[in-house]
Amino acid sequence: MATSFSRLLSSRRNLGILSLVGAGSVTAAFLLHREHVTAGVPVRRRYPASAEYPDLRKHNNCMASSLTPAIYSKLCDKATPNGYTLDEAIQTGVDNPGHPFIKTVGMVAGDEESYEVFADLLDPIIKERHNGYDPRTMTHPTDLDASKIQSGQFDDRYVLSSRVRTGRSIRGLSLPPACTRAERREVERVVVDALSGLKGDLKGKYYSLTQMTEQEQQQLIDDHFLFDKPVSPLLTCAGMARDWPDARGIWHNNEKTFLIWVNEEDHTRVISMEKGGNMKRVFERFCRGLKEVEHLIQERGWEFMWNPRLGYILTCPSNLGTGLRAGVHVKLPLLSKDARFSKILDNLRLQKRGTGGVDTAAVGGVFDISNLDRLGQSEVQLVQTVVDGVNYLIECEKRLEKGQDIKVPPPHQTGVGLV
Amino acid sequence: MAKNCHNDYKMKFSVDDEFPDLSLHNNHMAKVLTKDIYAKLRGKSTPSGFTVDDVIQTGVDNPGHPFIMTVGCVAGDEESYEVFKELLDPVISDRHGGYKPTDKHKTDLNFENLKGGDDLDPNYVLSSRVRTGRSIKGFTLPPHNSRGERRGIEKLSIEALASLDGEFKGKYYPLDGMTDAEQEQLIADHFLFDKPVSPLLTCAGMARDWPDARGIWHNENKTFLVWVNEEDHLRVISMQKGGNMKEVFRRFCVGLQKIEEIFKKHNHGFMWNEHLGYILTCPSNLGTGLRGGVHVKLPKLSTHPKFEEILTRLRLQKRGTGGVDTASVGGVFDISNADRLGSSEVEQVQLVVDGVKLMVEMEKKLEKGESIDGMIPAQK
Repeated sequence: MATSFSRLLSSRRNLGILSLVGAGSVTAAFLLHREHVTAGVPVRRRYPASAEYPDLRKHNNCMASSLTPAIYSKLCDKATPNGYTLDEAIQTGVDNPGHPFIKTVGMVAGDEESYEVFADLLDPIIKERHNGYDPRTMTHPTDLDASKIQSGQFDDRYVLSSRVRTGRSIRGLSLPPACTRAERREVERVVVDALSGLKGDLKGKYYSLTQMTEQEQQQLIDDHFLFDKPVSPLLTCAGMARDWPDARGIWHNNEKTFLIWVNEEDHTRVISMEKGGNMKRVFERFCRGLKEVEHLIQERGWEFMWNPRLGYILTCPSNLGTGLRAGVHVKLPLLSKDARFSKILDNLRLQKRGTGGVDTAAVGGVFDISNLDRLGQSEVQLVQTVVDGVNYLIECEKRLEKGQDIKVPPPHQTGVGLV
Repeated sequence: MAKNCHNDYKMKFSVDDEFPDLSLHNNHMAKVLTKDIYAKLRGKSTPSGFTVDDVIQTGVDNPGHPFIMTVGCVAGDEESYEVFKELLDPVISDRHGGYKPTDKHKTDLNFENLKGGDDLDPNYVLSSRVRTGRSIKGFTLPPHNSRGERRGIEKLSIEALASLDGEFKGKYYPLDGMTDAEQEQLIADHFLFDKPVSPLLTCAGMARDWPDARGIWHNENKTFLVWVNEEDHLRVISMQKGGNMKEVFRRFCVGLQKIEEIFKKHNHGFMWNEHLGYILTCPSNLGTGLRGGVHVKLPKLSTHPKFEEILTRLRLQKRGTGGVDTASVGGVFDISNADRLGSSEVEQVQLVVDGVKLMVEMEKKLEKGESIDGMIPAQK
């Protein structure tokens, strides 16, 4: 990252927009060296912090667990250089008390600097959400070398499809909760311009949500690529659906195996997928595509938001680090009915979802199985965890088919960042 | 003055880059907002930090419907109507029948000026109701207010309402903290309001921090009701079964004036000026903010080809019995005044009283198989 940073300083920039961004990008430059981020002009209040402190008594989310009156008092008058405030960052958590069984994060970042200016609140949230990862003392490893993956080809009789997704944010532009229309349009311009430079199996086309034809829309729906205006109050209360569908769109390669969402919950969501169980190839294309896109935006003077303590910076603290969810749709009708299923998944550091994605139910014994962790381990480590874990689950399923017994594996151990 | 840092940052981008895409929009804001107006207003903010983008966000996020013209903008504070005049004056003019920036609005809450209204046939008029809103000076409005302000409004309101007595003696029920039994009763009485789900309201930020500092107050007789911190600081409602609109309006006027006196004593009177009348969150509710209406059985008249024309001429509007954007059930309609700004409370309720009386007579005629052609009114 240090070399790309120096390249950034010396490369010719698109003066039109970057001269306007000015101070923000200079400030961003210091983040790599963990220097203090200058907060914006303090927000002036009519009421003391104690009168403004939210009522969180019925709340069950990470923000509510960590936001003490003392922390609120310390941070409520601060703003990031772009003017994003604490109240804006926590609004989604105040408006969505959560569920006794499902603990949401309850806070978002409006820009890269949010993670610095509001560190007193975000650091404990990150620690809770990411299994003890302490941003104050630890560093996050990034590794996009897909060649390191072993045994990454699953049994196609069980694994119906394989997918890896992550997000990337464009440094210097505010994130979806806070971005202005101009910034959002700039994200779209930068990304679409870069994607038009992809070649070979990555060559593809962009479909703007405001301009796609009826046929294009229908095709994207049939391919299960089309994303819609967020309806979840977790997202809408954070302001991410503003100005919909302005500057939103979908890009995918001609082969429909590499897909990018522009300006949905993050600046970009990058997805590599294919039918069947060749996770290694999916991950290889993922890494290759990401590196290509990064190279293309750097040529134009841009870069991704990243730093050594938090990895890739995304809107939701739950997606920091790798922002990576690698998963499969896999048939586990017998194993899923076994009482030990949840424990096995836990120990393998995997999670299950229904085949409609987060908060959906499984259909026909087919589950979406993916990594639990995002921060503190590299992309290669997480994908290997999924590969090893899914192979183990398939073994279990096969054993159960034969009437043999299965064993709960010991808790999965990996190195960096885990307590 | 509260500095809006975020807005300063935004000024670094060009007007072209920031101007919203309104090509598919059908609301008053979209019809009025040009790049020139946007360019002129984007650098401004009210003393509390409300900006033109805050004003229009709801209209940008909700393109509207080809048949129903929504307003598409809100005020964040009293000063919004001044600071963003270039946008809001034409919106107000479009919405309120050509009301000019130089026009003056008449306020008349003297219920004795209402003629009749106590003799609407209860066989047809099932219930009568008058509502309005009031904003408390010195606080910003629901799209913009902070938790501290909202709680301040609630506290003042509770104090004011607690001092009422006689027919206005009542009780306050905070949304957060009412018992199950209280909640059931309020639902059964059709008093309970819920978290707004309409994106017209949520995109304007009015549902933030729900249900903090929201609540319902009503008198023991259940004929006078106040909503605190829903779409406006206060919504005040007087209602009862049957057709005695005169009595409903009397109680409305008396109750409002008593409440206003108490707020004034605390140096927080209601927001009002002689051009726009009572200042409320939505420009559509300026002036009187008054909707006076009845639930009335008009099964025959409502299917008559001239029904809409009659309503228009009487300056009335129809809604379903579930309120705005609902359908009528069993031929029962909610009929109320269409105007808010440019005429007084008495004038608007008079139109309802006279208009409904006429429509009930028309309904009776149609029941007897007679024609109503001779009864079609001139444009009021």
